[in-house]
Amino acid sequence: MSGKLIIHAAQGVLTVQDLGRPGHLAQGLGRGGAMDRLALIEAAALLGQPAPLAAIEMAGAGGTFEVSAPTRIALTGAPMRAQLDGRPLLWAAVHLFRPGQRLRIGPAEAGVYGYLTPAGGIASEAWLGSRAAHLTIGISAPLAAGDAVPLHADPSPQDPALRLDVAPRFAGGELRLIDGPQTPLFSDETLAAFAQARFTRAVQGNRQGIRLDAAARFPAEALRQLTAGLASDIIGPGDVQMTGEGVPYVLGAECQTIGGYPRIGAVLPDDLPRAMQAPPGAGLGFRRITLDEALACHVPEAQLLAEARRRCRPLLRDPREVGDLASHNLIGGVIRGDEHEMEERAR
Amino acid sequence: MDDAVPELTPEVLPAGLDGLLVRFHLSPHPAAIAAAQVMAARLQADPPPGTAEICPALVSVHLRIDPTADRAGLSVRLLAEARRVAMERPPLPGPVRRWTIPAAFGGADGPDLGRIAAAMGRSEDAALAELLEADLRVLAIGFAPGQPYLGLLPPGWNLPRLPQITPEVPAGAIVVALRQIVVFGAPSPTGWQQLGRTSFRSFLPAREPPMVLRAGDALRFVRVAPDALPAAEDGGGLGGALLERLA
Repeated sequence: MSGKLIIHAAQGVLTVQDLGRPGHLAQGLGRGGAMDRLALIEAAALLGQPAPLAAIEMAGAGGTFEVSAPTRIALTGAPMRAQLDGRPLLWAAVHLFRPGQRLRIGPAEAGVYGYLTPAGGIASEAWLGSRAAHLTIGISAPLAAGDAVPLHADPSPQDPALRLDVAPRFAGGELRLIDGPQTPLFSDETLAAFAQARFTRAVQGNRQGIRLDAAARFPAEALRQLTAGLASDIIGPGDVQMTGEGVPYVLGAECQTIGGYPRIGAVLPDDLPRAMQAPPGAGLGFRRITLDEALACHVPEAQLLAEARRRCRPLLRDPREVGDLASHNLIGGVIRGDEHEMEERAR
Repeated sequence: MDDAVPELTPEVLPAGLDGLLVRFHLSPHPAAIAAAQVMAARLQADPPPGTAEICPALVSVHLRIDPTADRAGLSVRLLAEARRVAMERPPLPGPVRRWTIPAAFGGADGPDLGRIAAAMGRSEDAALAELLEADLRVLAIGFAPGQPYLGLLPPGWNLPRLPQITPEVPAGAIVVALRQIVVFGAPSPTGWQQLGRTSFRSFLPAREPPMVLRAGDALRFVRVAPDALPAAEDGGGLGGALLERLA
Protein backbone atom coordinates (compact mmCIF):
# COMPACT_ATOMS: atom_id res chain seq x y z
CA MET A 1 0.00 0.00 0.00
CA SER A 2 1.41 3.36 -0.93
CA GLY A 3 0.78 6.45 1.07
CA LYS A 4 1.89 9.96 1.64
CA LEU A 5 3.98 12.04 3.95
CA ILE A 6 1.98 15.03 5.11
CA ILE A 7 3.83 18.21 6.04
CA HIS A 8 2.02 19.97 8.91
CA ALA A 9 4.76 22.52 9.47
CA ALA A 10 8.06 23.30 7.77
CA GLN A 11 10.56 24.80 10.15
CA GLY A 12 13.62 24.61 7.92
CA VAL A 13 13.91 24.65 4.12
CA LEU A 14 12.52 21.23 3.15
CA THR A 15 13.13 19.86 -0.34
CA VAL A 16 13.05 16.45 -1.96
CA GLN A 17 16.60 15.43 -2.88
CA ASP A 18 18.24 12.34 -4.33
CA LEU A 19 21.62 11.85 -5.97
CA GLY A 20 20.68 14.30 -8.70
CA ARG A 21 20.68 14.15 -12.49
CA PRO A 22 24.18 13.80 -13.95
CA GLY A 23 24.79 13.82 -17.68
CA HIS A 24 23.37 17.19 -18.77
CA LEU A 25 26.42 19.40 -18.35
CA ALA A 26 26.56 20.18 -22.07
CA GLN A 27 23.01 21.59 -21.79
CA GLY A 28 23.98 23.76 -18.84
CA LEU A 29 22.24 21.65 -16.22
CA GLY A 30 24.28 20.64 -13.19
CA ARG A 31 23.88 17.39 -11.31
CA GLY A 32 22.22 18.95 -8.25
CA GLY A 33 20.88 16.58 -5.60
CA ALA A 34 21.58 16.20 -1.90
CA MET A 35 24.12 18.49 -0.25
CA ASP A 36 25.30 15.58 1.93
CA ARG A 37 25.31 12.55 -0.35
CA LEU A 38 26.76 10.42 2.43
CA ALA A 39 23.57 10.94 4.43
CA LEU A 40 21.54 9.35 1.61
CA ILE A 41 24.02 6.47 1.46
CA GLU A 42 23.72 5.97 5.22
CA ALA A 43 19.92 6.00 4.94
CA ALA A 44 20.06 3.31 2.23
CA ALA A 45 22.28 1.17 4.46
CA LEU A 46 19.93 1.61 7.43
CA LEU A 47 16.86 0.75 5.35
CA GLY A 48 18.47 -2.22 3.61
CA GLN A 49 18.01 -0.60 0.19
CA PRO A 50 20.34 -1.55 -2.66
CA ALA A 51 20.84 2.11 -3.67
CA PRO A 52 20.16 5.53 -2.14
CA LEU A 53 16.54 6.72 -2.27
CA ALA A 54 15.08 10.19 -2.50
CA ALA A 55 14.75 11.88 0.90
CA ILE A 56 13.42 15.04 2.44
CA GLU A 57 16.45 17.30 2.86
CA MET A 58 15.92 19.58 5.86
CA ALA A 59 18.14 22.68 5.86
CA GLY A 60 18.63 24.14 9.32
CA ALA A 61 15.58 22.52 10.92
CA GLY A 62 12.88 19.97 10.23
CA GLY A 63 9.17 20.28 10.70
CA THR A 64 6.07 18.38 11.73
CA PHE A 65 5.06 15.30 9.74
CA GLU A 66 2.39 12.63 9.54
CA VAL A 67 2.04 9.54 7.32
CA SER A 68 -1.05 7.89 5.82
CA ALA A 69 0.44 4.39 5.82
CA PRO A 70 2.99 2.73 8.11
CA THR A 71 6.56 3.16 6.93
CA ARG A 72 10.02 2.92 8.37
CA ILE A 73 11.96 6.15 8.14
CA ALA A 74 15.70 6.73 8.36
CA LEU A 75 16.96 9.91 10.01
CA THR A 76 20.47 10.81 8.84
CA GLY A 77 22.74 13.79 8.19
CA ALA A 78 22.89 16.72 10.62
CA PRO A 79 21.50 15.48 13.94
CA MET A 80 18.21 17.16 14.80
CA ARG A 81 16.03 16.74 17.84
CA ALA A 82 13.31 14.32 16.73
CA GLN A 83 10.22 13.19 18.61
CA LEU A 84 7.50 10.74 17.64
CA ASP A 85 4.36 11.56 19.64
CA GLY A 86 6.64 13.24 22.15
CA ARG A 87 8.98 10.26 22.45
CA PRO A 88 12.59 11.16 21.58
CA LEU A 89 14.06 9.35 18.59
CA LEU A 90 17.67 8.44 18.12
CA TRP A 91 19.27 10.12 15.10
CA ALA A 92 21.23 8.07 12.52
CA ALA A 93 18.69 5.30 13.00
CA VAL A 94 15.52 3.76 11.61
CA HIS A 95 12.11 4.15 13.24
CA LEU A 96 8.65 2.88 12.40
CA PHE A 97 6.26 5.76 11.68
CA ARG A 98 2.56 4.90 11.86
CA PRO A 99 -0.56 6.78 10.74
CA GLY A 100 -1.92 8.96 13.52
CA GLN A 101 1.50 9.64 14.99
CA ARG A 102 3.16 13.05 14.82
CA LEU A 103 6.83 13.31 13.98
CA ARG A 104 8.45 16.55 15.09
CA ILE A 105 11.95 17.38 13.95
CA GLY A 106 13.51 20.49 15.45
CA PRO A 107 16.57 22.58 14.62
CA ALA A 108 19.94 21.00 13.79
CA GLU A 109 22.01 20.42 16.92
CA ALA A 110 25.14 20.25 14.76
CA GLY A 111 25.64 20.57 11.03
CA VAL A 112 23.14 22.01 8.56
CA TYR A 113 21.37 19.36 6.48
CA GLY A 114 19.28 16.58 8.06
CA TYR A 115 17.53 13.91 5.98
CA LEU A 116 14.27 12.06 6.45
CA THR A 117 14.15 9.02 4.15
CA PRO A 118 10.94 6.97 3.87
CA ALA A 119 11.83 3.28 3.37
CA GLY A 120 9.86 2.70 0.17
CA GLY A 121 11.07 5.84 -1.51
CA ILE A 122 9.34 9.02 -2.57
CA ALA A 123 6.91 8.65 -5.46
CA SER A 124 6.82 12.23 -6.72
CA GLU A 125 7.24 12.74 -10.44
CA ALA A 126 10.82 12.60 -11.68
CA TRP A 127 12.26 15.19 -14.06
CA LEU A 128 15.15 14.07 -16.29
CA GLY A 129 15.56 10.96 -14.19
CA SER A 130 15.66 12.62 -10.77
CA ARG A 131 13.21 13.84 -8.14
CA ALA A 132 15.68 16.38 -6.76
CA ALA A 133 14.37 19.90 -6.32
CA HIS A 134 16.60 22.42 -8.12
CA LEU A 135 15.36 25.66 -6.65
CA THR A 136 17.40 28.14 -8.70
CA ILE A 137 15.92 26.89 -12.00
CA GLY A 138 12.38 26.37 -10.76
CA ILE A 139 12.38 22.57 -10.49
CA SER A 140 10.05 21.94 -7.54
CA ALA A 141 9.77 24.29 -4.60
CA PRO A 142 10.42 23.98 -0.88
CA LEU A 143 7.76 21.92 0.88
CA ALA A 144 5.27 23.92 2.91
CA ALA A 145 2.59 23.21 5.48
CA GLY A 146 -0.27 21.36 3.82
CA ASP A 147 1.89 19.65 1.21
CA ALA A 148 1.66 15.86 0.88
CA VAL A 149 4.58 13.95 -0.61
CA PRO A 150 3.51 10.67 -2.28
CA LEU A 151 5.37 7.61 -1.03
CA HIS A 152 5.93 4.11 -2.30
CA ALA A 153 4.96 1.46 0.22
CA ASP A 154 7.62 0.30 2.64
CA PRO A 155 8.53 -3.18 1.34
CA SER A 156 9.11 -4.52 4.87
CA PRO A 157 7.87 -2.25 7.66
CA GLN A 158 8.38 -4.99 10.26
CA ASP A 159 12.13 -5.27 9.62
CA PRO A 160 14.09 -4.71 12.82
CA ALA A 161 15.15 -1.10 13.25
CA LEU A 162 18.85 -0.39 12.83
CA ARG A 163 21.22 2.32 13.92
CA LEU A 164 24.56 3.45 12.60
CA ASP A 165 27.56 5.21 14.07
CA VAL A 166 28.33 7.80 11.44
CA ALA A 167 31.50 9.63 10.54
CA PRO A 168 31.40 12.96 12.42
CA ARG A 169 31.24 15.76 9.88
CA PHE A 170 28.97 18.37 11.40
CA ALA A 171 31.36 20.91 12.92
CA GLY A 172 33.81 21.81 10.17
CA GLY A 173 37.41 20.59 10.19
CA GLU A 174 39.96 19.77 7.55
CA LEU A 175 39.12 19.47 3.86
CA ARG A 176 41.46 17.76 1.43
CA LEU A 177 42.02 19.92 -1.66
CA ILE A 178 43.21 18.78 -5.07
CA ASP A 179 44.65 21.05 -7.72
CA GLY A 180 42.42 22.03 -10.61
CA PRO A 181 43.12 23.43 -14.07
CA GLN A 182 43.38 26.97 -12.69
CA THR A 183 45.47 26.31 -9.58
CA PRO A 184 48.65 27.59 -11.36
CA LEU A 185 47.03 31.05 -11.58
CA PHE A 186 47.81 31.34 -7.86
CA SER A 187 51.39 31.95 -6.73
CA ASP A 188 53.18 29.39 -4.58
CA GLU A 189 53.07 31.91 -1.72
CA THR A 190 49.30 32.29 -2.01
CA LEU A 191 48.81 28.52 -2.22
CA ALA A 192 50.95 28.04 0.88
CA ALA A 193 49.12 30.80 2.76
CA PHE A 194 45.78 29.30 1.73
CA ALA A 195 46.78 25.90 3.11
CA GLN A 196 47.88 27.53 6.39
CA ALA A 197 44.82 29.73 6.78
CA ARG A 198 42.02 29.08 9.23
CA PHE A 199 38.65 29.81 7.71
CA THR A 200 35.23 30.36 9.20
CA ARG A 201 32.12 29.24 7.40
CA ALA A 202 30.36 32.55 6.74
CA VAL A 203 26.65 33.19 7.17
CA GLN A 204 26.38 33.54 3.38
CA GLY A 205 25.68 30.11 2.01
CA ASN A 206 22.99 28.00 0.40
CA ARG A 207 22.67 25.00 -1.89
CA GLN A 208 24.79 26.81 -4.49
CA GLY A 209 27.78 27.17 -2.22
CA ILE A 210 29.25 28.57 0.98
CA ARG A 211 31.47 31.56 1.58
CA LEU A 212 34.56 31.18 3.76
CA ASP A 213 35.98 34.07 5.78
CA ALA A 214 39.58 34.51 6.83
CA ALA A 215 41.81 37.34 7.97
CA ALA A 216 43.82 37.16 4.72
CA ARG A 217 42.85 37.40 1.03
CA PHE A 218 43.99 34.95 -1.65
CA PRO A 219 43.96 36.61 -5.08
CA ALA A 220 44.88 34.79 -8.28
CA GLU A 221 47.97 36.86 -9.08
CA ALA A 222 48.47 35.56 -12.63
CA LEU A 223 45.09 36.97 -13.68
CA ARG A 224 46.73 40.39 -13.96
CA GLN A 225 48.86 39.16 -16.85
CA LEU A 226 45.81 37.96 -18.79
CA THR A 227 45.06 41.05 -20.87
CA ALA A 228 41.93 39.53 -22.39
CA GLY A 229 40.70 38.22 -19.06
CA LEU A 230 40.05 34.70 -17.93
CA ALA A 231 37.70 32.65 -20.11
CA SER A 232 34.70 31.27 -18.22
CA ASP A 233 34.95 27.55 -17.72
CA ILE A 234 33.01 24.52 -16.51
CA ILE A 235 32.59 24.44 -12.72
CA GLY A 236 31.15 21.85 -10.38
CA PRO A 237 30.36 20.96 -6.75
CA GLY A 238 33.45 21.07 -4.54
CA ASP A 239 35.29 23.63 -6.66
CA VAL A 240 36.77 26.44 -4.58
CA GLN A 241 36.15 29.68 -6.47
CA MET A 242 38.03 32.82 -5.56
CA THR A 243 36.27 36.14 -5.99
CA GLY A 244 38.12 39.12 -7.40
CA GLU A 245 38.79 40.25 -3.83
CA GLY A 246 40.32 36.86 -2.98
CA VAL A 247 37.47 35.45 -0.87
CA PRO A 248 36.87 31.70 -1.39
CA TYR A 249 33.51 30.03 -1.99
CA VAL A 250 33.11 26.25 -1.94
CA LEU A 251 30.52 25.34 -4.57
CA GLY A 252 27.57 23.20 -3.53
CA ALA A 253 25.32 20.66 -5.22
CA GLU A 254 23.19 23.29 -6.94
CA CYS A 255 26.00 25.45 -8.34
CA GLN A 256 25.91 26.84 -11.86
CA THR A 257 27.74 24.98 -14.62
CA ILE A 258 29.93 27.78 -16.01
CA GLY A 259 31.78 30.34 -13.95
CA GLY A 260 34.25 33.12 -14.53
CA TYR A 261 36.03 33.26 -11.17
CA PRO A 262 39.35 31.41 -10.91
CA ARG A 263 39.33 28.23 -8.86
CA ILE A 264 42.17 27.50 -6.48
CA GLY A 265 41.34 23.79 -6.34
CA ALA A 266 38.58 21.33 -5.57
CA VAL A 267 37.53 19.67 -2.33
CA LEU A 268 37.93 15.89 -2.48
CA PRO A 269 34.39 14.51 -2.98
CA ASP A 270 34.85 12.41 0.17
CA ASP A 271 35.17 15.64 2.22
CA LEU A 272 32.36 17.58 0.55
CA PRO A 273 29.72 16.47 3.11
CA ARG A 274 31.97 17.88 5.85
CA ALA A 275 32.28 21.18 3.96
CA MET A 276 28.55 21.54 3.29
CA GLN A 277 27.52 20.43 6.79
CA ALA A 278 29.76 23.03 8.46
CA PRO A 279 27.37 25.47 10.13
CA PRO A 280 27.99 29.23 10.05
CA GLY A 281 30.86 30.01 12.41
CA ALA A 282 32.47 26.56 12.15
CA GLY A 283 36.20 26.44 11.45
CA LEU A 284 37.43 24.96 8.18
CA GLY A 285 40.89 24.48 6.72
CA PHE A 286 42.44 22.90 3.65
CA ARG A 287 45.16 20.33 3.12
CA ARG A 288 46.48 20.21 -0.43
CA ILE A 289 47.03 16.67 -1.67
CA THR A 290 48.19 15.38 -5.04
CA LEU A 291 45.85 13.76 -7.54
CA ASP A 292 47.57 10.41 -6.95
CA GLU A 293 46.99 10.73 -3.21
CA ALA A 294 43.39 11.71 -3.88
CA LEU A 295 42.79 8.72 -6.16
CA ALA A 296 44.40 6.44 -3.58
CA CYS A 297 42.29 7.61 -0.62
CA HIS A 298 38.99 8.20 -2.45
CA VAL A 299 36.23 5.78 -1.48
CA PRO A 300 33.62 5.36 -4.24
CA GLU A 301 30.00 5.70 -3.18
CA ALA A 302 29.21 2.01 -3.80
CA GLN A 303 31.94 1.11 -1.33
CA LEU A 304 30.70 3.70 1.18
CA LEU A 305 27.30 2.02 1.03
CA ALA A 306 28.77 -1.46 1.52
CA GLU A 307 30.82 -0.24 4.50
CA ALA A 308 27.87 1.59 6.07
CA ARG A 309 25.76 -1.55 5.68
CA ARG A 310 28.36 -3.57 7.60
CA ARG A 311 28.38 -1.01 10.42
CA CYS A 312 24.60 -1.07 10.95
CA ARG A 313 23.48 -2.74 14.17
CA PRO A 314 20.18 -3.26 15.94
CA LEU A 315 18.65 -0.18 17.47
CA LEU A 316 18.34 -2.01 20.79
CA ARG A 317 21.26 -1.00 22.92
CA ASP A 318 23.70 -3.62 24.10
CA PRO A 319 23.18 -3.82 27.90
CA ARG A 320 26.96 -3.92 28.38
CA GLU A 321 27.15 -0.40 26.98
CA VAL A 322 24.55 0.89 29.38
CA GLY A 323 25.48 1.72 32.95
CA ASP A 324 22.05 2.51 34.30
CA LEU A 325 20.16 -0.46 32.89
CA ALA A 326 17.13 -0.08 35.12
CA SER A 327 16.10 3.26 33.63
CA HIS A 328 16.24 1.97 30.07
CA ASN A 329 13.23 0.62 28.31
CA LEU A 330 14.63 -2.06 26.03
CA ILE A 331 11.37 -3.04 24.41
CA GLY A 332 10.75 -2.64 20.70
CA GLY A 333 13.36 -0.03 19.98
CA VAL A 334 11.85 2.45 22.39
CA ILE A 335 14.55 4.54 23.98
CA ARG A 336 14.99 6.75 26.97
CA GLY A 337 14.65 10.48 26.62
CA ASP A 338 18.27 11.40 27.13
CA GLU A 339 19.65 8.92 24.64
CA HIS A 340 20.61 11.71 22.31
CA GLU A 341 22.65 13.55 24.92
CA MET A 342 24.44 10.31 25.73
CA GLU A 343 25.33 9.95 22.09
CA GLU A 344 26.66 13.47 21.97
CA ARG A 345 28.79 12.99 25.08
CA ALA A 346 30.21 9.77 23.73
CA ARG A 347 31.64 11.53 20.68
CA MET B 1 40.94 40.87 -27.38
CA ASP B 2 41.67 41.50 -31.05
CA ASP B 3 41.94 39.07 -33.91
CA ALA B 4 45.74 38.85 -33.63
CA VAL B 5 46.39 35.13 -33.47
CA PRO B 6 47.77 34.18 -30.08
CA GLU B 7 49.95 31.19 -29.52
CA LEU B 8 47.59 28.37 -28.61
CA THR B 9 48.66 26.35 -25.60
CA PRO B 10 46.88 22.99 -25.87
CA GLU B 11 46.90 21.21 -22.51
CA VAL B 12 45.14 18.26 -20.94
CA LEU B 13 44.62 18.84 -17.23
CA PRO B 14 43.00 16.86 -14.42
CA ALA B 15 39.60 18.31 -13.47
CA GLY B 16 38.69 16.52 -10.27
CA LEU B 17 38.69 12.78 -9.74
CA ASP B 18 36.37 12.09 -12.65
CA GLY B 19 37.28 14.77 -15.14
CA LEU B 20 39.81 15.95 -17.70
CA LEU B 21 40.00 19.37 -19.28
CA VAL B 22 41.34 19.99 -22.77
CA ARG B 23 42.19 23.69 -22.88
CA PHE B 24 43.60 25.80 -25.71
CA HIS B 25 44.18 29.12 -23.95
CA LEU B 26 43.37 30.82 -20.66
CA SER B 27 41.73 33.83 -22.36
CA PRO B 28 38.82 33.88 -24.79
CA HIS B 29 40.84 34.53 -27.96
CA PRO B 30 38.91 33.76 -31.16
CA ALA B 31 41.48 31.15 -32.25
CA ALA B 32 41.15 29.32 -28.93
CA ILE B 33 37.35 29.46 -29.13
CA ALA B 34 37.45 27.98 -32.64
CA ALA B 35 39.89 25.27 -31.58
CA ALA B 36 37.68 24.29 -28.63
CA GLN B 37 34.65 24.07 -30.92
CA VAL B 38 36.52 21.84 -33.37
CA MET B 39 37.89 19.66 -30.59
CA ALA B 40 34.42 19.24 -29.04
CA ALA B 41 32.88 18.34 -32.40
CA ARG B 42 35.59 15.75 -33.08
CA LEU B 43 35.22 14.20 -29.63
CA GLN B 44 31.44 14.09 -29.86
CA ALA B 45 31.63 12.45 -33.27
CA ASP B 46 33.94 9.75 -31.93
CA PRO B 47 33.97 9.66 -28.12
CA PRO B 48 37.17 8.07 -26.81
CA PRO B 49 36.65 4.96 -24.65
CA GLY B 50 36.21 5.89 -20.99
CA THR B 51 34.42 9.21 -21.57
CA ALA B 52 31.09 9.55 -19.76
CA GLU B 53 30.24 13.11 -20.84
CA ILE B 54 31.68 15.69 -23.24
CA CYS B 55 30.96 19.32 -22.50
CA PRO B 56 32.16 22.18 -24.73
CA ALA B 57 33.14 25.40 -22.98
CA LEU B 58 34.53 28.61 -24.48
CA VAL B 59 38.23 27.77 -24.82
CA SER B 60 38.14 24.24 -23.48
CA VAL B 61 36.33 20.94 -23.57
CA HIS B 62 35.47 19.28 -20.28
CA LEU B 63 35.28 15.50 -20.21
CA ARG B 64 33.73 13.52 -17.40
CA ILE B 65 35.44 10.17 -17.38
CA ASP B 66 34.57 6.74 -16.14
CA PRO B 67 36.38 6.27 -12.79
CA THR B 68 37.89 3.05 -14.09
CA ALA B 69 39.11 4.64 -17.34
CA ASP B 70 42.79 4.58 -18.28
CA ARG B 71 43.40 8.20 -17.29
CA ALA B 72 46.99 8.37 -18.53
CA GLY B 73 46.22 6.71 -21.86
CA LEU B 74 43.20 8.94 -22.40
CA SER B 75 45.25 12.05 -21.55
CA VAL B 76 47.95 11.14 -24.08
CA ARG B 77 45.36 10.55 -26.77
CA LEU B 78 43.53 13.81 -26.03
CA LEU B 79 46.74 15.82 -25.97
CA ALA B 80 47.80 14.45 -29.36
CA GLU B 81 44.41 15.42 -30.81
CA ALA B 82 44.47 18.86 -29.15
CA ARG B 83 47.93 19.56 -30.57
CA ARG B 84 46.72 18.52 -34.01
CA VAL B 85 43.77 20.91 -33.75
CA ALA B 86 46.01 23.73 -32.50
CA MET B 87 48.44 23.21 -35.37
CA GLU B 88 45.89 22.74 -38.15
CA ARG B 89 43.78 25.72 -37.08
CA PRO B 90 40.79 24.25 -38.92
CA PRO B 91 37.76 26.45 -39.50
CA LEU B 92 34.70 25.88 -37.35
CA PRO B 93 32.92 22.70 -38.37
CA GLY B 94 29.83 23.46 -40.46
CA PRO B 95 26.67 23.79 -38.39
CA VAL B 96 24.17 20.94 -38.41
CA ARG B 97 21.25 23.16 -37.46
CA ARG B 98 20.40 26.84 -37.80
CA TRP B 99 17.99 28.86 -35.66
CA THR B 100 16.37 32.09 -36.79
CA ILE B 101 14.99 33.92 -33.80
CA PRO B 102 12.73 36.99 -33.84
CA ALA B 103 13.86 39.73 -31.49
CA ALA B 104 13.08 43.36 -30.72
CA PHE B 105 16.02 45.75 -30.34
CA GLY B 106 16.49 49.13 -28.70
CA GLY B 107 13.98 51.18 -26.73
CA ALA B 108 12.51 49.46 -23.71
CA ASP B 109 13.67 46.10 -25.07
CA GLY B 110 17.28 47.21 -25.42
CA PRO B 111 17.92 50.04 -22.98
CA ASP B 112 21.71 49.93 -23.50
CA LEU B 113 21.68 50.00 -27.32
CA GLY B 114 22.38 53.74 -27.51
CA ARG B 115 25.34 53.47 -25.16
CA ILE B 116 26.66 50.43 -27.04
CA ALA B 117 26.45 52.17 -30.42
CA ALA B 118 28.14 55.27 -29.01
CA ALA B 119 30.97 53.15 -27.59
CA MET B 120 31.39 51.60 -31.05
CA GLY B 121 31.28 55.00 -32.77
CA ARG B 122 28.38 53.87 -34.93
CA SER B 123 24.73 54.67 -35.30
CA GLU B 124 22.30 52.32 -33.58
CA ASP B 125 21.07 51.09 -36.96
CA ALA B 126 24.60 50.45 -38.26
CA ALA B 127 25.58 48.54 -35.14
CA LEU B 128 22.39 46.49 -35.26
CA ALA B 129 22.78 45.76 -38.98
CA GLU B 130 26.17 44.22 -38.25
CA LEU B 131 24.75 42.13 -35.44
CA LEU B 132 21.86 40.89 -37.57
CA GLU B 133 24.24 39.90 -40.36
CA ALA B 134 26.51 37.96 -38.03
CA ASP B 135 26.28 34.21 -38.40
CA LEU B 136 26.46 33.44 -34.72
CA ARG B 137 27.28 30.04 -33.29
CA VAL B 138 26.35 28.56 -29.94
CA LEU B 139 29.84 28.42 -28.38
CA ALA B 140 28.80 26.92 -25.07
CA ILE B 141 25.68 26.35 -23.03
CA GLY B 142 25.79 26.92 -19.35
CA PHE B 143 25.57 28.99 -16.23
CA ALA B 144 21.85 28.20 -16.35
CA PRO B 145 20.20 25.31 -18.21
CA GLY B 146 19.99 25.86 -21.95
CA GLN B 147 21.51 29.32 -21.74
CA PRO B 148 23.68 29.98 -24.79
CA TYR B 149 26.93 31.86 -25.12
CA LEU B 150 26.79 33.08 -28.74
CA GLY B 151 29.65 34.43 -30.78
CA LEU B 152 31.84 35.69 -31.92
CA LEU B 153 30.65 39.12 -33.07
CA PRO B 154 33.00 41.25 -35.18
CA PRO B 155 35.90 42.88 -33.26
CA GLY B 156 34.06 46.20 -32.78
CA TRP B 157 31.78 44.38 -30.34
CA ASN B 158 34.55 43.78 -27.84
CA LEU B 159 32.57 45.68 -25.22
CA PRO B 160 33.60 45.44 -21.59
CA ARG B 161 31.36 44.17 -18.84
CA LEU B 162 29.77 47.08 -17.00
CA PRO B 163 31.49 48.08 -13.78
CA GLN B 164 28.15 47.93 -11.99
CA ILE B 165 25.64 45.08 -12.07
CA THR B 166 22.18 45.71 -13.51
CA PRO B 167 19.97 44.19 -10.76
CA GLU B 168 17.57 42.54 -13.16
CA VAL B 169 17.06 42.09 -16.87
CA PRO B 170 13.92 40.21 -17.96
CA ALA B 171 13.69 36.67 -19.27
CA GLY B 172 14.59 36.75 -22.95
CA ALA B 173 17.01 39.67 -22.54
CA ILE B 174 19.72 39.70 -25.21
CA VAL B 175 22.89 41.00 -23.61
CA VAL B 176 26.34 41.59 -25.04
CA ALA B 177 29.95 41.83 -23.87
CA LEU B 178 33.36 40.60 -25.06
CA ARG B 179 32.10 39.87 -28.62
CA GLN B 180 29.60 37.42 -27.15
CA ILE B 181 25.86 37.40 -26.69
CA VAL B 182 23.93 35.72 -23.91
CA VAL B 183 20.16 35.23 -24.03
CA PHE B 184 18.82 34.93 -20.51
CA GLY B 185 16.21 32.28 -19.87
CA ALA B 186 15.01 33.81 -16.62
CA PRO B 187 15.11 37.26 -15.01
CA SER B 188 18.76 37.73 -14.04
CA PRO B 189 21.23 40.25 -12.68
CA THR B 190 23.99 40.96 -15.18
CA GLY B 191 27.06 43.04 -15.85
CA TRP B 192 26.48 42.73 -19.60
CA GLN B 193 24.59 45.34 -21.64
CA GLN B 194 21.08 44.69 -22.90
CA LEU B 195 20.35 45.54 -26.54
CA GLY B 196 17.30 43.43 -27.25
CA ARG B 197 14.68 40.98 -26.12
CA THR B 198 13.19 37.79 -27.51
CA SER B 199 10.35 35.55 -26.40
CA PHE B 200 12.46 32.51 -27.34
CA ARG B 201 13.07 30.45 -24.17
CA SER B 202 16.12 28.20 -24.36
CA PHE B 203 14.93 26.35 -21.23
CA LEU B 204 11.44 25.38 -20.14
CA PRO B 205 11.30 22.51 -17.64
CA ALA B 206 7.97 21.13 -18.85
CA ARG B 207 8.87 21.23 -22.56
CA GLU B 208 10.24 18.19 -24.35
CA PRO B 209 13.14 18.67 -24.68
CA PRO B 210 13.55 21.25 -21.89
CA MET B 211 16.83 22.62 -23.31
CA VAL B 212 16.61 23.15 -27.07
CA LEU B 213 19.97 24.60 -28.13
CA ARG B 214 23.16 22.62 -28.69
CA ALA B 215 26.71 23.82 -28.82
CA GLY B 216 27.66 24.25 -32.47
CA ASP B 217 24.19 25.38 -33.60
CA ALA B 218 24.15 28.38 -35.93
CA LEU B 219 21.87 31.23 -34.91
CA ARG B 220 20.67 34.51 -36.41
CA PHE B 221 18.40 37.13 -34.98
CA VAL B 222 15.74 38.72 -37.14
CA ARG B 223 14.43 42.11 -36.10
CA VAL B 224 10.71 42.51 -35.44
CA ALA B 225 8.66 45.30 -33.91
CA PRO B 226 8.22 44.89 -30.14
CA ASP B 227 4.49 44.28 -30.51
CA ALA B 228 5.18 41.57 -33.12
CA LEU B 229 7.06 39.40 -30.63
CA PRO B 230 4.98 36.30 -29.89
CA ALA B 231 3.92 35.77 -26.30
CA ALA B 232 6.57 33.80 -24.43
CA GLU B 233 4.13 31.01 -23.65
CA ASP B 234 3.14 30.47 -27.32
CA GLY B 235 4.42 27.58 -29.40
CA GLY B 236 6.34 25.79 -26.67
CA GLY B 237 8.20 28.94 -25.72
CA LEU B 238 10.14 29.04 -28.97
CA GLY B 239 9.18 32.65 -29.58
CA GLY B 240 8.49 32.14 -33.28
CA ALA B 241 11.97 30.69 -33.83
CA LEU B 242 12.62 28.75 -37.02
CA LEU B 243 14.85 25.67 -36.89
CA GLU B 244 16.48 24.39 -40.09
CA ARG B 245 18.42 21.17 -40.32
CA LEU B 246 21.42 21.75 -42.53
CA ALA B 247 22.93 18.27 -42.61
